[in-house]
Amino acid sequence: MTSTASTAPDPTPPGGPVADEPRPSRGTGARRRAGVGDRGANRAFRWTATGAGALILAVLAAVALFLVIRAWPALTAGGAELGETISWFPEDASILSFVGPLIFGTLLAAALALLLATPVAIGIALFISHYAPRRLASGLGYVVDLLAAIPSVVYGLWGSLVLPPVVIPVWGWLADTFGWFPLFAGPASPTGRVLLTVGLVLAVMILPIITAVSREVFLQTPGLHEEAALALGATRWEMIRTAVLPFGRSGVISAAMLGLGRALGETMAVLMILSPGLLYSFKILQAGQQQTIAANIAANFPEANPMGVSTLIATGLALFVITLLVNMAARAIVARRKDFSGAN
Amino acid sequence: MAQRIDVKDLDIYYSDFLAVQGVSMLIEPKSVTAFIGPSGCGKSTFLRTLNRMHEVIPGARVDGTVEMEGVDLYGADVDPVAVRRQVGMVFQRPNPFPTMSIRENVLAGVKLNNKRISKSAADELVESSLHGANLWNEVKDRLDRPGSGLSGGQQQRLCIARAIAVKPQVLLMDEPCSALDPISTLAIEDLVAELKDEYTIVIVTHNMQQAARVSDRTAFFNIAGTGKPGRLVEMDDTATMFSSPSQQATEDYISGRFG
Amino acid sequence: MTTVTTQAGPGRAPDPERTAAVRALLRGADARRRRTDKTMTALMWGAFVLAMVPLASVAWTVVANGMHQFDGYFLTHSMRGVFGGMDAGGIYHAIIGTLLITLGAAAISVPIGLLTAIYLVEYGRGALARWVTFFVDVMTGIPSIVAGLFAYALFAVFFGPGVRMGVVGSVALSVLMIPVVVRSCEEMLRLVPNELREAAYALGVPKWLTVIKVVLRTSVAGITTGVMLSVARVIGETAPLLITVGVVDSINFNLFEGRMMTLPVYVYRQYSQGLVPCNDALDAVCIPSINYDRAWAAALALILIVMLLNLVGRLVTRWFAPKTLR
Repeated sequence: MTSTASTAPDPTPPGGPVADEPRPSRGTGARRRAGVGDRGANRAFRWTATGAGALILAVLAAVALFLVIRAWPALTAGGAELGETISWFPEDASILSFVGPLIFGTLLAAALALLLATPVAIGIALFISHYAPRRLASGLGYVVDLLAAIPSVVYGLWGSLVLPPVVIPVWGWLADTFGWFPLFAGPASPTGRVLLTVGLVLAVMILPIITAVSREVFLQTPGLHEEAALALGATRWEMIRTAVLPFGRSGVISAAMLGLGRALGETMAVLMILSPGLLYSFKILQAGQQQTIAANIAANFPEANPMGVSTLIATGLALFVITLLVNMAARAIVARRKDFSGAN
Repeated sequence: MAQRIDVKDLDIYYSDFLAVQGVSMLIEPKSVTAFIGPSGCGKSTFLRTLNRMHEVIPGARVDGTVEMEGVDLYGADVDPVAVRRQVGMVFQRPNPFPTMSIRENVLAGVKLNNKRISKSAADELVESSLHGANLWNEVKDRLDRPGSGLSGGQQQRLCIARAIAVKPQVLLMDEPCSALDPISTLAIEDLVAELKDEYTIVIVTHNMQQAARVSDRTAFFNIAGTGKPGRLVEMDDTATMFSSPSQQATEDYISGRFG
Repeated sequence: MTTVTTQAGPGRAPDPERTAAVRALLRGADARRRRTDKTMTALMWGAFVLAMVPLASVAWTVVANGMHQFDGYFLTHSMRGVFGGMDAGGIYHAIIGTLLITLGAAAISVPIGLLTAIYLVEYGRGALARWVTFFVDVMTGIPSIVAGLFAYALFAVFFGPGVRMGVVGSVALSVLMIPVVVRSCEEMLRLVPNELREAAYALGVPKWLTVIKVVLRTSVAGITTGVMLSVARVIGETAPLLITVGVVDSINFNLFEGRMMTLPVYVYRQYSQGLVPCNDALDAVCIPSINYDRAWAAALALILIVMLLNLVGRLVTRWFAPKTLR
């Protein structure tokens, strides 16, 4: 899509009404679309379509606007007032000191998920693009995409009823062996409802998006560069390291950031698995330490009074801003990459 | 360093499709052998079997033997990766690694084998390889700039430098000048003439004048029709091929009557 | 047969010393490199297998745990009047709610999404189109719970706080669905070859009719697929419905009044009620794990619906796609 032509409608040519159809004498196709003879149904249709596009921008602005409106009472109320009116609001806290640990928990959970998912996703993407028999490759890609089709509430169910018996001994071993490392400080919770379990489930949930984007990037590696590496006597792995990975690096980074965006906003799996707490705590093997913004909203919203709802919406606003920034950064990287490869 | 290649009765298949049939030839060391023939006659396909690069395409396989000094390249104990290290290749379109500098491009192959090459040894190798590719004087001041910033002809010479930096026995060139302008083409041709003192060189070309200018021996490939396999029609000293070929088809092709 | 006059054949016998040297050279890269290559190959396979473990585990546990509650009774009864460990109750009300709310979301998203896609492909140029493209991408990343909060905040302005009804959920889901619809429709419209448009113009067909009769007609299969996949994407959303539509035990057909149950929320609701404390003396039929059993069975129903949508969506393209789009 070229964006050089002006969007301003062409002035109506003099000499009475013009036919509805664009006149072929107007040159290139792109030029012809620019609204020549733009009348009646044509104009109505164009405006409807443009209106729909503008509506999208309006919706996004409305999301931000309405969140701010509804969050305003909580943002302007003092900590004491919030503490009095909201049952679950901690004493001696302000809205900032309330949302702080939530943001921390959200970031920590998402970071864990990203840390666990990215290497595996890159491996799967390379497997599909460069290792699997070519005939199977697209089928295998579809199988990985199935992971994204499973609703998050099912992951929550699985992560809280099926996973804990499997991971509890592993977490216990981690705490016993690496307990000196702050993240793995023991004793590991005997319920398994800890942030590391959450991170594991989130990792499974964001695996498909990271895999899909990385796979596309790896498949775009020019065959010329792969052959150049092979002709120098590179093994397959060395070829990937020399030609594929450098080429796909920015794509993988943006894929990981898209995954991060997903993990930040995921609600149900966290809500159903994690035993929450409001601490700035790195202890991912202990229960009752952290909570994420999204899960906190879902947990308290149904029973909340108006001031409580307002407080929760204020935390939602924080989540919105964080995910917006992450996604915009990821998309900007993707867009810049497109320009880069287009220019070459 | 240069080695002799002896091909015996080679058939090349893509899955069930027979692409090239029954090629036997001897490629002499320290000489330039040119492959000529019309498009689709299998000369590039055949070239790629000399360093097993055709295996990159799934389903590609060969029958027959390709022997280098008596060792079959397709033998059970031969590693295709090692074959490609000993038989270097330069491609139709220059393909320096875009994310690497000129210096890194030259060292790309060496780094694979010998990670702990000292800086001075690396510098020396970069200089000698770029000298070998007649590129040193043009790039010596910008070794750390990306290789993709060079002109097409320079990029192709950079690719040659990269190929000879690993010190191969044989150098295969697949229409190395087809994407280049006449001046860059001349530079590459001069380079080929110099390189043959050290390497066995096989060059595929569409350009018969080029074959006549650079090669010692010429092989003519032809194809009987669409869907039929390509064949080696005849191979002889270049002078003989261009003055008195023994096959009518060769004479027709060389005199421009088809292809 | 052409006679091949080459000097190939026996030729000069190779020097055994050189043969040995070459054989050594070709024996292979050094062991460390080959080992690294093998290790990495194993790791790539391992990564794929590793990803299959949760997929297989989720599929297996959902089917295994969901099977014994999943029957005709379960599909055709609501939870009205069901309490304790009774072996009764079903997901009829949740299926109704899910279908109505998702239909509502589709009714909002498909026109907006399709028109936006038409704008981007047929008209879009300049700053507005660039902004729309960028923000559609950004919109795909809005957390579902934020979409729920937005829909709640929007309706609370008009209906006062504490509003809970189906259409709020539809609005929340449509915020999540619109960008997916735009993306897939845009892709499909771009596949329509320009020659078709030009052929229509040459026949004197006005642009808007060309778009409707030629462009949309050609890409209808792809658009259908895109819509079905986007429905599949949002039908499993839980969090926005939990906070906008709420929870209820009986059937509600009215999108514009009162709470509704939906399948994903039903799963969560049953799960969060946990194990039932059974007292054998009081109750003859009491199953302690009945809530979990219902949750699994409802999860099975939900997954079946999602898979069905995915499958049908893909088959639609395969069956109805015009030859040129294949």
